[in-house]
Amino acid sequence: MMNRWQLGKRLAPLMAMMMLVLSACGREDLSALNPQGPVAEEQFGLMKLAITIMSFVIVVVFALTFYVIIRYRRRKGDNKIPKQVEGNHKLEVIWTVIPVILLVILAVPTVQSVFNLAKDYSNDPDAIHINVTSHQYWWEFEYPQYGITTAQELVIPAGKTVAITAKSADVIHSIWIPALAGKIDTNPAGNVNKMYFSAPKTGVYLGKCAELCGPSHGLMDFKVKVVDSASYDRWVAAIQEPVALPSDPAVAAAFESKCLSCHAVGDLGGPAFPNLTGIGSRESVGGILINTDDPKYSNEGSTYDNLYRWIKDPEKVKPGNLMSGSYNLTEQELDGIAKYLSELTLDYEQ
Amino acid sequence: MSHVHTVKRHTGLMDWLTTVDHKKIGILYLIAGGFFFLVGGLEALLIRVQLWKPLNDFIDAGTFNELITMHGTTMIFLAAMPMLFALMNAVIPLQIGARDVAFPFLNALGFWTFLFGGVLLNVSWFTGGAPDAGWTSYVPLAGTTYSADRGVDYYVMGLQIAGIGTLIGGINFLATIINMRAPGMTFMRMPMFTWAAFITSALILFAFPALTVGLVALMFDRIFSANFFNPAAGGNMVLWEHIFWIFGHPEVYILIMPAFGIISEVVSTFSRKRLFGYSSMVFATMLIGFLGFMVWAHHMFTTGLGPIANSLFSIATMLIAIPTGIKIFNWVFTMWGGSIRFTTANLFAIGFIPTFVMGGVTGVMLAAAPADFQYHDTYFVVAHFHYVIVGGLILGIFAGLHYWWPKMFGRMLNEKIGIWTFWTFIIGFHLTFFVQHFLGLIGMQRRVFTYLDGVGFNEMNLISTIGAFLMGVGTILFLINTIGSLFRPMDAKDDPWEDGRTLEWTIPSPPPEYNFKQTPLVRGYDALWKEKMDGHKGMTPAEPIGPIHMPSPSLLPFLMSLGLFIGGFGFMYAGEWGKIGALNTGYTIGALGVIMTLGCMVARSVKDDPGFHIEEHELDDKGGKA
Repeated sequence: MMNRWQLGKRLAPLMAMMMLVLSACGREDLSALNPQGPVAEEQFGLMKLAITIMSFVIVVVFALTFYVIIRYRRRKGDNKIPKQVEGNHKLEVIWTVIPVILLVILAVPTVQSVFNLAKDYSNDPDAIHINVTSHQYWWEFEYPQYGITTAQELVIPAGKTVAITAKSADVIHSIWIPALAGKIDTNPAGNVNKMYFSAPKTGVYLGKCAELCGPSHGLMDFKVKVVDSASYDRWVAAIQEPVALPSDPAVAAAFESKCLSCHAVGDLGGPAFPNLTGIGSRESVGGILINTDDPKYSNEGSTYDNLYRWIKDPEKVKPGNLMSGSYNLTEQELDGIAKYLSELTLDYEQ
Repeated sequence: MSHVHTVKRHTGLMDWLTTVDHKKIGILYLIAGGFFFLVGGLEALLIRVQLWKPLNDFIDAGTFNELITMHGTTMIFLAAMPMLFALMNAVIPLQIGARDVAFPFLNALGFWTFLFGGVLLNVSWFTGGAPDAGWTSYVPLAGTTYSADRGVDYYVMGLQIAGIGTLIGGINFLATIINMRAPGMTFMRMPMFTWAAFITSALILFAFPALTVGLVALMFDRIFSANFFNPAAGGNMVLWEHIFWIFGHPEVYILIMPAFGIISEVVSTFSRKRLFGYSSMVFATMLIGFLGFMVWAHHMFTTGLGPIANSLFSIATMLIAIPTGIKIFNWVFTMWGGSIRFTTANLFAIGFIPTFVMGGVTGVMLAAAPADFQYHDTYFVVAHFHYVIVGGLILGIFAGLHYWWPKMFGRMLNEKIGIWTFWTFIIGFHLTFFVQHFLGLIGMQRRVFTYLDGVGFNEMNLISTIGAFLMGVGTILFLINTIGSLFRPMDAKDDPWEDGRTLEWTIPSPPPEYNFKQTPLVRGYDALWKEKMDGHKGMTPAEPIGPIHMPSPSLLPFLMSLGLFIGGFGFMYAGEWGKIGALNTGYTIGALGVIMTLGCMVARSVKDDPGFHIEEHELDDKGGKA
């Protein structure tokens, strides 16, 4: 037997969850429900339309179901045989036609939006062009207009259209900045994808990898830093300036032989792995160790602490990354390099 | 007439290894599928324990990826499909008034290949690492460059062998339903579950070859260094995505169709009412099956197929909502005006309706490609497909198992425990997955082994984990109920629910091995109900009582599958096991395994197997002992 209070019991957790969930739409820098740019807004608009239509459908079905099971429950001692109804053509037509109408309402803006979001800005001289290359487990951002390459932190000017050309250097990844734009896969070899977005407001937005790419898939975060256009110009200039090696010759030697074989700073070193120019002024180390002077969580710390922690044992921070075990540093070298890198800043924000 | 009685009848374990009886094979499918369901459930609980708090280190990243891969693969291929095959085997021949399936030998072969494939896949846990590239196994991650260990080989071999079993099963049910129906059982008089099984089998027939081809190509890439999916050598990894989803999307319809059928039977029986809009239900099911093949690329909106493909697949996907809506409303209107009895089976069936609708509407939301750019590969998708697979299929299987348990085992399940099973499971289910919609929307991507603190994911993940344990409690209650029932006497009546409408309720519970002493004459839709309403005690027989021809038991299906199992091992380890003399150990073992299978096939072809007869005088005392 199912009676009214049991129905209430069934609905209660649903309601409680609804309340909990609707109380927050997530963080401004991370949530698709709290869009911060026109592309995410367009996608959110489509979501809202779909959610509205679908809520209507859910309400109708729930209401009908609950009405029916309460109204037509078998009472004790009831042994009558209900009328055996074969069906009803009128009803069948109604519940075919109404969904068709609802779907048309959803399909038209969907198709419009599909084509709108497929616009190609990669030849637009007014847009900021970015070649994104994903690696296990880091992001490379190349600015072909200025010949800059950086990693893990995408710096863009507010309000400008950003034209992304995305590919992968190894397995499939997917670039996703929920607050600014939906994702696009980064495919290896040939299958290059394009996407655009813009961010009217300055600030730091969280980006993620959304396609399973190995053990550290969940840690393959990056940041999108939106700055005003003057700061952006200063950044473009600052990141191209030459960088001095560490002043301590022992640290400098270790840095040159053990770090610059893979990484680059300024015009020194190799391009295979994340470019370290300006790493001291990035928001994070390795995408997930957040640089802050007021650490609250176990993945936060000062820039120096984070660099030290990362260089000491990258495997512990991002399992399966290619840096693990590829070098040996003395305690002194480690400390010196972490300190040097934490001071390797770019002065462009005012 | 004289009949040969040379067939040896086995008992005990040998009976189960050699049986070709669809009812026993159904029970075997249920035990194996149930076991893998528990394994997959355990994997799910480990995943939820790891995610209950941010930056948890309960499970390391590599093991986590093995767990998600095996959870998905196990639940889809080794738990859901076999449990559906269990119900199809147990019920379909009875519903159409047949004495067995069309190919009893193949039926056994299908079960054993599935079981050995599943075991092979799970052996990977003990031999140095399970597959870890996701159940979708996207290349290049699943290629040898990025998955150098044997994990993905187990995936390829295990699924290939298990897939043969599924394909065999599908063909068998097609042939059975087309050929074995009792006199008068026209297509448009078939019970809805039979229809669903028929359409599902047709989908299997067309979808599984795509998987087979994909797995063969991946196997060649991995084991023989071919280049189908290796971009560096001119291969294309998007090809794998297409092949996988051309199989993968119909696969989810293969899963849900039988659940649709079960719900139709259960709701109709316990409302004491004919299924509302039977013919539109049949055509809606066909339409869903047909459209199911037209929408695979909606799993690939972010792959970069371009706006034309994305719009077409968006619209095609939305279309599926129409026949699905027809089915939902027909179920509701089956209950309308009925006399609804809330047995456990019916609770699961009624719980299915709103739950599945919730999964369905998020499906339409996902169909809008630009919005999918946000949803894709997030917990929103995880929530969606668990709503349709658990909230749809698993609730359907629970409904079906509670409904047909007395027919399969001759004993009723305890209704009190059943009702507790339902409430813990469904509340646990909604707790687990409802919040995951929002986790996805506020930025949590799927398949992550941990998440950062302070980004707002903590509370909802905790709720989700609590819900998962509640589902675990529900499952354990079900287990207690089922195992407990086996200790009670076999006292279920022919028609234990008293409102049975279809042919399976006209024969003893459990049915004798020949099912129907006399093949029944079917005079309309809901054959038994029609007789009841016309005041008859039972079915009108369509034939006189006579000797019944039965297929003989055989160990060959078991041996054939064992051969494939051994062969799979050999080929996987060909590169590692070195040589015996001039021969490569791995290839030798592989070849021996294949020879064993082929040898059994030759034996089967050469040996004339006339089966045997159960004579008239043996018929009466056999009832109720399956």
